[in-house]
Amino acid sequence: MRRGPTWFSRLFMILVFGFLYAPIFVLIVFSFNAANSNAVWKGFSLQWYVQLFHDRIIMQSLSTTLLVSVLATAFATAAGTFAAIGLYNMKRRWREPLTTVNNIPMMNADIVTGVSLCLFFVAAFGGWNAFVAWLEQTYRLTAPRLYLGFGTLLIAHICFNIPYVILSIMPKLRQMDKNLIDAAQDLGCTWMQAFWKVVIPEIKPGIVSGMLIAFTMSVDDFVISYFTAGSATSTLAMTIYGMTKKRISPKINAISTLMFGTVLILLLIVNIREARQEKNVKARAAGK
Amino acid sequence: MRNENQNRLTWFAIPYVGWMTLFVVAPILMVVIYAFSAEGGGFTLDSFARMGTYTLVFARSFKLALIATAICVLIGYPVAYFMAKEGPKFQKAAMLLIMLPMWMNFLLRTYAWMSILDNNGLLNQIFTAAGIIGFGNTLNGWLNGVCAELNAMLGLALNTARATDMKSFRMLYTQEAVVLGMVYNYLPFMILPIYSVILKLDNSLMEAARDLGANSIRVFRKVILPLSLPGVLSGITMVFVPSVSTFAISKMLGGGTQMMLGDLIEMQFLGGAYNPHLGSAISLVMMIIVVACMWVMNRFGEGEEQAVML
Repeated sequence: MRRGPTWFSRLFMILVFGFLYAPIFVLIVFSFNAANSNAVWKGFSLQWYVQLFHDRIIMQSLSTTLLVSVLATAFATAAGTFAAIGLYNMKRRWREPLTTVNNIPMMNADIVTGVSLCLFFVAAFGGWNAFVAWLEQTYRLTAPRLYLGFGTLLIAHICFNIPYVILSIMPKLRQMDKNLIDAAQDLGCTWMQAFWKVVIPEIKPGIVSGMLIAFTMSVDDFVISYFTAGSATSTLAMTIYGMTKKRISPKINAISTLMFGTVLILLLIVNIREARQEKNVKARAAGK
Repeated sequence: MRNENQNRLTWFAIPYVGWMTLFVVAPILMVVIYAFSAEGGGFTLDSFARMGTYTLVFARSFKLALIATAICVLIGYPVAYFMAKEGPKFQKAAMLLIMLPMWMNFLLRTYAWMSILDNNGLLNQIFTAAGIIGFGNTLNGWLNGVCAELNAMLGLALNTARATDMKSFRMLYTQEAVVLGMVYNYLPFMILPIYSVILKLDNSLMEAARDLGANSIRVFRKVILPLSLPGVLSGITMVFVPSVSTFAISKMLGGGTQMMLGDLIEMQFLGGAYNPHLGSAISLVMMIIVVACMWVMNRFGEGEEQAVML
């Protein structure tokens, strides 16, 4: 666009960014407050951070969150990679309806995905538990009864992660030269070798970005976890939701500050690395 | 041309097709079955008939979500447009600034507003210190007086009971607070798709319009705005769907008094009013809303794929 920025456009953007960041800034400042308040400053203190790290419920839900996110990401990345390759090579007649079904968890409102999985698990486990009871009565055999818990939470997370992995791999598959596999085979690779040495490296950037998206989706999710985790398991987001019912709790401020700091540092590292790589590329180009 | 390799690779998708059948299709079928069945089984439309009692909740959900979406368009479009006019360095920094809050859990962002809007919260403290609350009390007293005079003179029935002893403004647990929470949480979902569409617009089109004598307002109205509509549409979907289905924001900022569709569904499954049949029926309505939004988007825009990625 030809016209440059005006003072009005700058002012408007400053106001909007102020709106986006003011609440976060307040949250961070009052996490260091000595008093139990988000409005009155009573001096600097780190007591809320100390309390945060001594809160067993929070620490446990944090480890649940990390565990479910890592496992779901690993599984979804592997499954999503194979699924994407399979879908891409399918006949159009099959690919299109399957892609639509694949998009459902991404497009649907989170609450509907959560509720449908909850309903499914409750009904399936109800049937299974009745079957176990019948087994016990008639044959004195037994099998473990199933309830909502970590397992269902993990399945739910894998469910909403896979579509994002597939979505980020698909463009890389489209960019790939279709003759590469044939070429590798002509040069003496077996079909399996061609797959691992040619296809996977070609789509690796897509796999990595899919993995990152899946992980952040998992860490960030509240609604779907809320409906599928059952009463005994709790992720960090669920614990925070429980805490907000008691209104002000500066421990939440401390969590926010730590999360914001982590994300900020990660983003800075990624960007500095990117900038350096760009510089290197430019330097090399200039050297030639 | 299909070859043997492609046929082989197709098999890679089979496990995932099984997974989808079990954990995507089957759960949705369960929702449909529950929505159309009664407690003991058997087909019934009872759940849909019972939704009639919740017309108010439906109306409120749509109203608040539509207001939030409209505000997001009004704020988000100019931001996206102004951003696209800036230099590449500024654009990159602005993108990061918009994405950064999205990485923080939305519950934390909503909690931040809870603590700001509270009766003892930061805003009310500032208002008290600045004398705005005292001024509000004086103003209300004066308005009461004027209304009382008018009532006496003209026989009207104007409100004369405005509070004159306010210690704080009541901002938390109101509809406005819920809308504010939605706008705050979902504004980036509006800015980013619009921005990516505007950025891709062909510069020569604008130049051509100018060469043909259009002034900048006309160029905007006749060229930029129509061409950026796909971005606006996907932004609208991405703000409206989570807004209309939220239950955490309405509970935290509305205090349970501003019940929305999401709260209604949540109550039927995990809350006191356990009734999965009714909950499923409402979820089915929600799914229809989503499908309608998707249909509109597919019809008029193609920006959905990149919108989802953002």
